[in-house]
Amino acid sequence: MANRLIALLVVAGLAAMLLPLVIGFTFHEDTPALGAEYIERSETDLGAANAVTAVVVTYRGLDTLGEVTVLFAATAGVGFVITRRRRTPEFAVREGRSVGAHAGIESTEASSLAGQGPSEILRTASRFLAPVLFLFGAYIFVHGHLTPGGGFQGGVVIASAVVLGIFGAPDRQLAHGTMTTIESLSGASYVVLGILGLVLAAGFLDPTFLPAGSFGALASAGAIPIIYSVVGIKVGTELAGVVDRLRSQEQD
Amino acid sequence: MTTAIILVLGAIMVCAAIVALLHTSLVTSILSAGAVSLVASIIYLVLAAPDVAMTEAAIGSALTTIVFLFALSRLREPGRTSDETTQTRSGEEHPHG
Repeated sequence: MANRLIALLVVAGLAAMLLPLVIGFTFHEDTPALGAEYIERSETDLGAANAVTAVVVTYRGLDTLGEVTVLFAATAGVGFVITRRRRTPEFAVREGRSVGAHAGIESTEASSLAGQGPSEILRTASRFLAPVLFLFGAYIFVHGHLTPGGGFQGGVVIASAVVLGIFGAPDRQLAHGTMTTIESLSGASYVVLGILGLVLAAGFLDPTFLPAGSFGALASAGAIPIIYSVVGIKVGTELAGVVDRLRSQEQD
Repeated sequence: MTTAIILVLGAIMVCAAIVALLHTSLVTSILSAGAVSLVASIIYLVLAAPDVAMTEAAIGSALTTIVFLFALSRLREPGRTSDETTQTRSGEEHPHG
C-alpha cells in the first residue's frame, strides 16, 4: 500500500512539473525569431530542403553526436549484462515453442503447431517484406535532407526489418561479427566526417566541405546525406544487435 | 478544429493507458502501451512534426513493444498455458529470484 502511495506521489509530482507547459501552450501563428533564422539559413547556407535535418546535423550537430554516444553506451550496457549463447537447431525449436506458449495459445493442436516454429504465413510474409523494409529504411536516411525522416528513423526501420527476419526464420543466425564491425566503422566515420568539417570547412561537423548542389536534388546539402546515412547504418545495426541479444535464451 | 482533434486523441491515449494499467493479461497491457505511443505519434503528425511522429511510431510503438514481449517471454518457461500466465499478474509485483 505504501508503494502505491509513493508511486502516486511521484506521478503527481511529474504532472505538477509538466502542468505549466500545458497551460501556457498556444499555437504560434508566426515562427519565433530563432526558428525563422534556421529555416532561412538552412536553404541559403546549406541547401538542405528539410530544415529539421539541417538543425539536427549541423546547427545542433554536437547534440546528435551525444545521442549517438548515448545509444552506443546503452548498447554496450545491454551487451555487458545479457550474454549471448550459441544457438543450435533444436534450441530454435524450443524457442519457437516458448514464443507460441506465451502468446496464449491453448488448444492442443496449437501447442503442437507452436513446437514447429513460425507459421507458414509468417515465414512467407517475412521473406517478402524484410527486403522491402530494408529498402524503405535506406530510402528514409538517404533522403534525410529532402523528406521528413533521417538517420534515426531509417535506422529504426532497418532494425524492425531485422526483427521481422528473426521472427520469420528463427533457426538462422545473425552475423554478429559483421554487424559489430559495420556499427563500429560507421560510428568512427561519423567522427571522421566531423573532423573533415573541422579541417576543410568552418568547424567540427560543418557539412559545407562538399558543395551544396541544387536545392532539392539528391546530391545536395553538402555532406548532410553522407552524415545521416552513416548515422542511420549505425543505429540500425546497433538496435538489431540489441534485439538479437534479447531473444529468449536458456542456459546450456 | 486542431484542438478538438488533439483532445479526442488525448482521450484515446488516456483510455489506452488505463487499459494498460488495469487489464489482467500482460500481453494486452503491453500492446495497449504500444497503442498509447501510436496515438501520440498521430498527435505529433497533427501538430506538423513528421520527423518526431516517425521516430515515435517506429521506436515507441514497434521496437518497445517487441522488447517488452521478448522480456515477457524470458520470464516464462516454455510450455505454460495462458491460464497460469493470467494468474501470475498479481504475483509479478513481487520480485522473484
